[in-house]
Amino acid sequence: MRSGLAWAAVAVAVLALALAPLGLGRYDVYILTLWLVTAVAALGVNLIVGYAGQETLAQAAFLGIGAYTSALLAKAGVPFGLAFFAAGGISFAIGLAIGFPALRVQKHYLAFVTLAFSVFVWLVIRNEEWLTGGVMGLKDIERPSLFGASLRPHRLFFWFVLAIAAALTFAMWWLVRSPWGRAFTALRENPVRAESLGVNVRRYTLLAFAIGSAYGGFAGALYAPLVEFIDPAPFALGPSLLFLLMVVVGGSGSFAGPFVGAAVAVLLPEWLRFAESYYLLIYAALVILMMAFCPTGLVGLAGRLWSLRRRPARMAEDEGARALGEAKP
Amino acid sequence: MSAVLEVRGIEKQFGGLRAVDGVSFDVRQGEIVGLIGPNGSGKSTLFNCILGQFEPTAGEVMLDGCRVTGLRPSQLNRLGVGRTFQLLQVFPRLTVRENLILAGQEHQGSMLGRLFGARDAGLSAEAERTIEFFRLAHLADARAGGLSYGQQKLLDVAMAFMAGPRLVLLDEPAGGVNLTMLADLRERLETVNRERGATFVVIEHNMEFVMALCSRILVLAEGRIIAEGKPHEVRRNPKVIEAYLGH
Amino acid sequence: MADFLQLLIAGLATGAIYALAAIGFTLLWQTSQTINFAQGEFVMLPAFFALVAMHWFGLPFWLSALIAIGCAVILLGLVFKLVIVDPLIRQGVLPLVISTIAVGLLLKDGAKEAYSAEAHRFPSIFPDRLVDVLGVKISLAQLGVLAVALAAIAALQWFLAATSTGRQMQATAQNPGVARILGVRVERMVMLTFVLNAALAAVASLLISPIYLVKFSNGETLGLAAFVAAIVGGFNQVRGAIAGGLLVGVIDNLAGAYSGLIGVSSSYRQAVPLALLVLVILFRPQGLLGRREERSV
Repeated sequence: MRSGLAWAAVAVAVLALALAPLGLGRYDVYILTLWLVTAVAALGVNLIVGYAGQETLAQAAFLGIGAYTSALLAKAGVPFGLAFFAAGGISFAIGLAIGFPALRVQKHYLAFVTLAFSVFVWLVIRNEEWLTGGVMGLKDIERPSLFGASLRPHRLFFWFVLAIAAALTFAMWWLVRSPWGRAFTALRENPVRAESLGVNVRRYTLLAFAIGSAYGGFAGALYAPLVEFIDPAPFALGPSLLFLLMVVVGGSGSFAGPFVGAAVAVLLPEWLRFAESYYLLIYAALVILMMAFCPTGLVGLAGRLWSLRRRPARMAEDEGARALGEAKP
Repeated sequence: MSAVLEVRGIEKQFGGLRAVDGVSFDVRQGEIVGLIGPNGSGKSTLFNCILGQFEPTAGEVMLDGCRVTGLRPSQLNRLGVGRTFQLLQVFPRLTVRENLILAGQEHQGSMLGRLFGARDAGLSAEAERTIEFFRLAHLADARAGGLSYGQQKLLDVAMAFMAGPRLVLLDEPAGGVNLTMLADLRERLETVNRERGATFVVIEHNMEFVMALCSRILVLAEGRIIAEGKPHEVRRNPKVIEAYLGH
Repeated sequence: MADFLQLLIAGLATGAIYALAAIGFTLLWQTSQTINFAQGEFVMLPAFFALVAMHWFGLPFWLSALIAIGCAVILLGLVFKLVIVDPLIRQGVLPLVISTIAVGLLLKDGAKEAYSAEAHRFPSIFPDRLVDVLGVKISLAQLGVLAVALAAIAALQWFLAATSTGRQMQATAQNPGVARILGVRVERMVMLTFVLNAALAAVASLLISPIYLVKFSNGETLGLAAFVAAIVGGFNQVRGAIAGGLLVGVIDNLAGAYSGLIGVSSSYRQAVPLALLVLVILFRPQGLLGRREERSV
């Protein structure tokens, strides 16, 4: 019954999204597409942070790796489908390669290694002009075509991205409900106990990081044809930090969190035009308040308000208040 | 009878402090061995050395005659060694059933098999049996975090038994458990021992519990074994009395 | 050879500043599990306090420098501890870590919005003259920076080792539980660590600013240098942070000058400390001077 309702809600949401561009102008459709792409990358961050309890400061770098991979392959005449999987695959492999040494040491080392990696990727993109065009970037990235029809029109491209984002979202949903997802939850809540029950904590954490990073790569493969021009700026350390913060604001460890967080990060600045330069300040302050009073993010806050409305206040269960808190050994 | 677990000269040093100082003992198939000693005598550290949580400074651990020193806790667990911790450790956000399925899932198939193969093949049935056995049926779908302390403790122990281990190391299973629950727990442990032939090593401060449950007792003081024997022998051993009351 | 010596002195000078930032970072990590991702911004900001005092209020440099240190101690020490760390540590380590990242953003954009996005020149305490030491021309400013930073480090080491408060602080860093049993007022020691960190960061800020100029975005580079120094040296050791800082400073300067010789383009100079970080994590994860830590149960 409850899951039937949930599926119906998802179906309505997807349908509403599919119909949304019909009533919107070109720019609004672009922003909506950007929101979807951002949400895909944020889904990956959520897997790493919300499910596996690690910190990644490199999601924008993986977005960049995906974007440049797909753009360069597209320019070389490789079909989009292939380029798309190459972007995800390369990100996955790099995720394994940098995650392996970092996770051997101790908690929080992944954060430092991804921080260093972010800076390194940015240097490569900026310096290797022969490949990436350096600060001049790559221009005129073609949008793919489907069944012989070009997806250049913004609405068609939106639907294309929506279909891929829906598939990736479904895959993530399937993953977190698999035995792997159970292991991810266990190792976040109490890694020592999980290890004593046969869960190879290091291997699962590494896989969560690599899969999460692959989502960054996939998002990048969609980002390049969306904006049609890429340069190093959106793939620097700053945007990587924002990815982490947006997932936390949305609600890390909750499945809808990345979508809400991406909406706050992409849609709000559009609406808050007047606050343009102060946007980051407001955002950072919001994150701190959120962490102090509602570590489950906006999704958790909504859930709390909802249960307050429906039940007496004392019954309001603080579901997942520990989502981010670690088990104290 | 052959030894399931052989501990040979385990030493563990933290900085200048020697927490475990050359401990050796055997545990035979089907035995329930109690490990007692005053606070700070090194019991939990010894467990952690045996279970791969700590790397011992010196010494060896053999499981069924094979050297297992230096294996990671997850590897030892997959070789059939279960454990509980001194402090309660269940996964509060998972339900009782999910906690148990998690405790069993890493023991069968491959990583990829777990992702793409049939979900929970056989595990649900085993979890159901464990739930019945530990009398948790009415709580099967409740979140572990919402259970009473005693119920969580029972779940904690049940998780250690989920994958049918040959050897289980229990660190203070009776700590903080009320009397009714305690009798229940003892009876469950005895039944597993009798029916499945599982072997236990139990750290415990509750003397009544440990004396009734165990067939043999080791007494640890200041990192060394100072006495060993049947419960009634240990109880009368002057060295043991001194270690507890002593100095 | 003379070139090399000049580079070495310059490297030690910046390295000693990195060490100041890395020591505070290490102390915070040990005493309160606060992994401060805003550490770079902590070093960036005090120079702005000094600029405000000089340019908005027309105060002399020496007074502005003292005011900068005072403001840092209050805002980046006391307020940071009471308003950010205390409420957040209750939610767990991860929320706190994420909040320090947000604090970093807040300080960075705050400095940009409140002062300016430009890079500003900053007066040096020492005259920018070259002196001749045994035929090698050495910058007096660099020698001065090195001397001040090393003096600060020596004073800190003396404080930690020779005073009762310092020893209590070390005990707190090593094991708060045991320290509490031994009668150490752990809360006070933790607070003191935050104050000390802020003061060290302020000194680092005043020393580094004449070299790097004052810019809101400096925190990124400075923070990375401090993290790399702490990890390379061994994050559980104060002397590790010192050694790591000096090493990163020297390597950074030598890499800038000799990048051609080792076959890297100078545009990759920033990547050299990162490579050092990766090598250490691969081959000596506890850091060059660090001890191995047991996984806690």
